[in-house]
Amino acid sequence: MGWLAIGLGAWLGGWWLNHVLSHRPATRLTRLAVPVIFGLSIVVIWESLVRGLEISPVLLPPPTQIAATFAAKTHILWEDFVQTVIKGALTGYILGCGAAFLIAVAIDRFPFLQRGLLPVGNFVAALPIIGMAPILVMWFGFDWQSKAAVVVVMVFFPMLVNTVQGLQDTSAMQRDLMRTYGAGYWTTLLKLRLPAAMPFIFNGLKIASTLALIGAIVAEFFGSPIKGMGFRISTSVGQLALDLVWAEIVVAAIAGSAFYGGVALLEKAVTFWHPSQRGRS
Amino acid sequence: MRNLVPVLTVVCAIFAIWYAAAVWLNAPWAHNKAERAGTTLEFTELVADTWSQDKPKLPAPHQVGAEIWNTTGAMVASGRGFSKRSLIFHSWVTFSATALGFVLGTGLGIALAIGIVYNRTMDMSVMPWVIASQTIPILAIAPMIIVVLNAVGISGLLPKAMISMYLSFFPVVVGMVKGLRSPAHMQLDQMRTWNATPAQTFWKLRLPSSMPYLFTSLKIGMAASLVGAIVGELPTGAVAGLGARLLAGSYYGQTIQIWSALIMAATLAAVLVGLIGVIQRIVLKRMGMA
Repeated sequence: MGWLAIGLGAWLGGWWLNHVLSHRPATRLTRLAVPVIFGLSIVVIWESLVRGLEISPVLLPPPTQIAATFAAKTHILWEDFVQTVIKGALTGYILGCGAAFLIAVAIDRFPFLQRGLLPVGNFVAALPIIGMAPILVMWFGFDWQSKAAVVVVMVFFPMLVNTVQGLQDTSAMQRDLMRTYGAGYWTTLLKLRLPAAMPFIFNGLKIASTLALIGAIVAEFFGSPIKGMGFRISTSVGQLALDLVWAEIVVAAIAGSAFYGGVALLEKAVTFWHPSQRGRS
Repeated sequence: MRNLVPVLTVVCAIFAIWYAAAVWLNAPWAHNKAERAGTTLEFTELVADTWSQDKPKLPAPHQVGAEIWNTTGAMVASGRGFSKRSLIFHSWVTFSATALGFVLGTGLGIALAIGIVYNRTMDMSVMPWVIASQTIPILAIAPMIIVVLNAVGISGLLPKAMISMYLSFFPVVVGMVKGLRSPAHMQLDQMRTWNATPAQTFWKLRLPSSMPYLFTSLKIGMAASLVGAIVGELPTGAVAGLGARLLAGSYYGQTIQIWSALIMAATLAAVLVGLIGVIQRIVLKRMGMA
């Protein structure tokens, strides 16, 4: 009963605090504090509900137990992190986005290819590409190479479509101005069209960053060496070691947020001139 | 229509590359077989062999097409259209989970968006977490959600639909928040001069002007919820559904089965997204927006 009261208290307290904070003039501090308070009260409510209602840790472990497992098994988590995120996701991300970018620049020179590839690319980007995972695992073996291949296939089309669209995002006036300067194709590309395409390219990079982690983890469900986050999650679920599963999820969440945040920071530095970035400082 | 010729060219090129890749990837096995039989292969024999293997590394398009026909049209013709071996049955299983998850996710997304637009506290506390929730690779949790919900006695359609819901609510929230906030200040002021109640402002101004945003998000949400349903079927032990076909195919090395399930999934995605596109066109036309 006591735990339930604490949970209720955390809920009401968090709500009230956020209500007060959000109705005061917004500063950088309140902007940061409000979501943090929301998240913290969720964790406290979770903990007290699990303890108060005596939910079996096999179904839903309390946050404290997850934290304890996280601290106790850091070496396993680190090994899985290296296998899945660094070797699988990151390699595939760099290869896939790089290839998509180069091909986008290449097909940009041919309007015929552009008109043909854009609809097809848009179509493929909406398909359940993740289904390619078993095929690629079969082709490239169980180790990280096949995971990187899945990531390459997953990030390729969103990145391609965004880059091609971005390269078209210059007005006739701007291109004419470049021509009056006597600029050739390469100068126009480097000085005008690539910078103008950057917001689109970063949009693609952001979408790809979440897809990359998903691809690498799900591909491990179809076969992997005895390490890796997807492998650990699927086997630990079988052993009902849900605290370890949640610890892996925490790692995945941190890695995913850091990955996305890193790309967003880079975007802020590169496209500082764009209206969507200028508004907030 | 202007794009028809380029698109067809690209599609033909894809098929040509596919056939060529099939020859290239399946050739080692064909050579190996010929060597054991003590013969050598002419080029035409090699091509014929690589396009008709039983368990090829990469099946040729016509093999996949034949497999799809055998498990759909031919089974319907023989009156067993809904048997467990037919892809129609598996597609239906996946579709029902996708549709349920999509409806739940859209409902949740619209409700959250309305809350975010009308309540400052929710805007500041929930919105950052909605965005953060998508940096978590949710599909990674799919096996756990299925197992846990099974343990508390919820099985069948709902666990898969939950995963679809989680994936599809996000684009709807983001799109609807943008859409509900899209009316200009001038329009909102106009509603105020007419002494409109908040409910009237919502039904007559905010909701109608959010429609284009809603449909764009619905398309993304539908594609996402199909992925969710397919991944949700993986840990159920390959019982039914397109995801189960993928897993079973990868266990037994049945590449043709994997590819046919994949093509069916792609077709399903194209049909569902296309359907939303048609509804979008009709609705926006009747509203005078397109």
